Order: sequence, then C-alpha cells, then structure tokens
Amino acid sequence: MAPENICVHSRSFAAKIRMTAVAIEGVWKFYGDFPALQNITLNVDGGACLALLGRNGAGKTTLLRMLAGLSKAAKGSITILGGDARAENTRKRIGVLGHGIGVYEELSAFENLRLFARLYGMENPRQTASEWLERTGLDRVSDGLVREFSRGMRQRLAVARAFLHNPALLLLDEPFTALDDRAIAVLQGLLKGALADGRTIIMSTHQLREALELATDVALINRGKLAFRGQRSQEMLEDPGWLYRHYGEA
Amino acid sequence: MNFFRQALAIAGKDLRSEVRSKETVNASLSFALVILLLFSFAFDPGSEQTHEIAGGLLWLVFAFAGTLILNRSFARELVNDCLDALISSPASGAQLFTGKCLANYVLLLIVECICLPIFVIFYDARWPRQFWLLFLVMLLGTWGITVIGTLFSAMTVNLRLRELMLPTLIYPMLIPALMGAIQLSTVLMAGEPLGADNLIWFKLLVGFDVIFTILAVALVEIVLVG
Repeated sequence: MAPENICVHSRSFAAKIRMTAVAIEGVWKFYGDFPALQNITLNVDGGACLALLGRNGAGKTTLLRMLAGLSKAAKGSITILGGDARAENTRKRIGVLGHGIGVYEELSAFENLRLFARLYGMENPRQTASEWLERTGLDRVSDGLVREFSRGMRQRLAVARAFLHNPALLLLDEPFTALDDRAIAVLQGLLKGALADGRTIIMSTHQLREALELATDVALINRGKLAFRGQRSQEMLEDPGWLYRHYGEA
Repeated sequence: MNFFRQALAIAGKDLRSEVRSKETVNASLSFALVILLLFSFAFDPGSEQTHEIAGGLLWLVFAFAGTLILNRSFARELVNDCLDALISSPASGAQLFTGKCLANYVLLLIVECICLPIFVIFYDARWPRQFWLLFLVMLLGTWGITVIGTLFSAMTVNLRLRELMLPTLIYPMLIPALMGAIQLSTVLMAGEPLGADNLIWFKLLVGFDVIFTILAVALVEIVLVG
C-alpha cells in the first residue's frame, strides 16, 4: 500500500474511533456455566444516549459492569473512548451510577464528594465538592453525615458523585428507580445537559417512558442476546411497550 | 506522588470512618483483652515457662485481634456498593490496596500499643530494656499481618462465610512472619540481647514483608476485577 493511502486510511480510522464512544465486539460472559451474555456486538456513537432495555436477568447490569471495568468479558473485546475499560485514562472519563449509591455512611456529604474528586484527580477537590453540593441542592447539609440523610438526599449525592468529574461517558444502571421527584428532576436536568454537551450516555432501565424521552438509540437484550439495536423511533416514544411486543420474548 | 496521594485519600477515608463508627477497633480491642485475660488464667504469669512462650502468646493475641480489623477492611465497602464506586474510579487496585493497608496498619498498631502494656503487667515481662527493638519487631510483624490480611480480605469480600474464611486462609500464610516475630519478641521480652543467631529471624521478617508486599500489590487488580 502506498504511504499516502496508509495515511488516509489511518486518518479515517482515527475519525471512526473518535465517533465511536463504545465498541463492544463479540462479548461473552459466563457465571459458572450460565451464559449471561452471548456474543454481544454493539457500537455506541459519541454524543448518543443508548437506552439498554430488557427484562430482569437479561444481562443489562452485567454488560454495564463490564463497561465500567468492574468485571471482564470471557470472550470478545470492549473499547471505550478508544481505550481499554480498565485503563486509568478511560476510567477518568467514565461516570458510573450503579444500583448502590456508592457513598459512605460515616462520611459527610462534602467529605464523600471531596474523596471522589481526589480519586478522579480533580485539580481543586474542595471547590468541586462544594459546587456539586450546590448543584444538587445539598449545600445546606454538606457537613451532615450520610447515615442521617433521607433516601432522596442520598440519591442526589450519588448523582453528584457520578457527575462531578464531568465524564465523557455516563453509565447508569436503573438511574430512575426509587428516586424521589426532586432527585428525578436533578438527574433529568443533568442528563439533558450532558447530552447537549455531546457526552455519551448508556442507561439500563425499566422505566421506559423516562428513558425513551432522553434516548437517541435503543438496544434490547433478551436472555443475554442482543434482540434489537437501532435508533429510537416515534413509535417507541408513543408506545413504550412496542419494542417488547415486537422484539421481546414471547 | 499521585500514587500515594490517592492511596492516602483512601486510607484517610477508612480512618475517618473508623474514628466515627469505632466498630472494628472496639471489637478488636475487647477481643484482645479477653484473650489476654484468658491466657493469664491458663498460664501462670510468674513462671519461667510462661516467659519462654511470652512472645508466642503476644503474637497470638495480635493475630487473633487483627483478623477482626482485617475482616472489615473490604467488607465495609459493600455497604451502598462503595467497592464498585472505588474500583470504577481511576484509582488502581494497587492504590486501593495500599490505602487499605495503611489504614489497617494504623488500626492494628493502635490495638497492639494498648495491648502491649497490659500484657507486660499480666506476664511480668522485661520489655522496657529493649523497647525500641521490640517496637521494630512489632512494626515488621504487623506489616506482614496487614499485607496478607488485606489481600485476603479483598479475596473473600464476596463470600458469605468471609469471617470464617479469612482466618482459615491467612494464618497458614502468616506462619513465617509469626515465627520470626515470636522468636524475636520472646528474646527481647526476656531482656536478653539479640545475638547473631537471631539475625536470621529479622531477615526472615523483612524478607516476608518485602516479598508479600510486592506480590500483593501486583496481584490485587486480578483479585478485585478478575
């Protein structure tokens, strides 16, 4: 191949990498002999919001955990923002909001956010923590211990923890489950802002209406297999059960 | 520097949590005092035979009490899925492990420093003559317990029987370090000088600490993520 062709090829490849925020290629995951994920191949473009749908036990959380670098695939490869999921530079650019709130009961709200700001290498952890306490309406209780917080306050703190380092990719596992009205409003506002900034969001959810309002793309997993992958359509928005009826299990 | 900054952030978090909850230090200290008391009933504190096994008794107390602290090290991260939040952060497994080790080390030393004078009173030991050497042995032996205990605490964190599994796994691993610490402590508490023949136990302790620290730091990422 001529050198100029190589150069053009590598440039187009680099552009493709930039465009693809998450590339999942033939991924398998086993729990013992049980295949939790079977040959999942899925790309998510930068700036997209993918709603990851499926029944309980379909494999959504397993896939999100692998994307978050919390477990490894048995087969296949995962590339996130052009790097390995466990690479330090990749993790710096990922925000994870899992089933648990991921904050410490014995620390104050401020101490929790300052700790994670330090772990994410933020330049001014104290200022970052204070800013996010204000943004999530927790500034008045910043010195209060989390163990004394109501459920809604804890959830807002968890949202602040996941967003405080301005991640390029957000991985959200059932983000709207058990949130109170205020926390839902905070989260929806942050997610809309993140999408407007061109960040990528992948969220698993059972709350179809809230998720589909935000989503640009949809993926449906049935018993560990990818049953549908496409853009969110007007039909889905008008009838959230449409996808399950057409591509879900019988 | 960044490595230690993040490790210290994790250690500081663990110590601050412990200062507020006092759950592990209180449990470990109470347990250590009960064992010391029971040993004083089982062995005649004034007898020569007891002086000969004083180092062994002391390190048994440290090892038993230490397990309670080490057991909680990673288990406390399960509340609210904090372990997932830590693992998904840019802090590496090695940084997480180092931070946890430092916090556990401080907590273990606090318990040991409270237990040691009580042990001296109960067993009429003659440690003050060579206090700093004994303290050095304590530092080395405790680091060995901490490194092995913290690694296995990470390994057993998701097991239902982790409270049982941790001591079952770590005590056999700790035999070389405990042997060194016991031999040296027995000599020092008897008020005898350390001869050249005891140097091998110092070397064993230092070697154990260095080798297992390197191994643990290298392996902890696999332990945590697979």
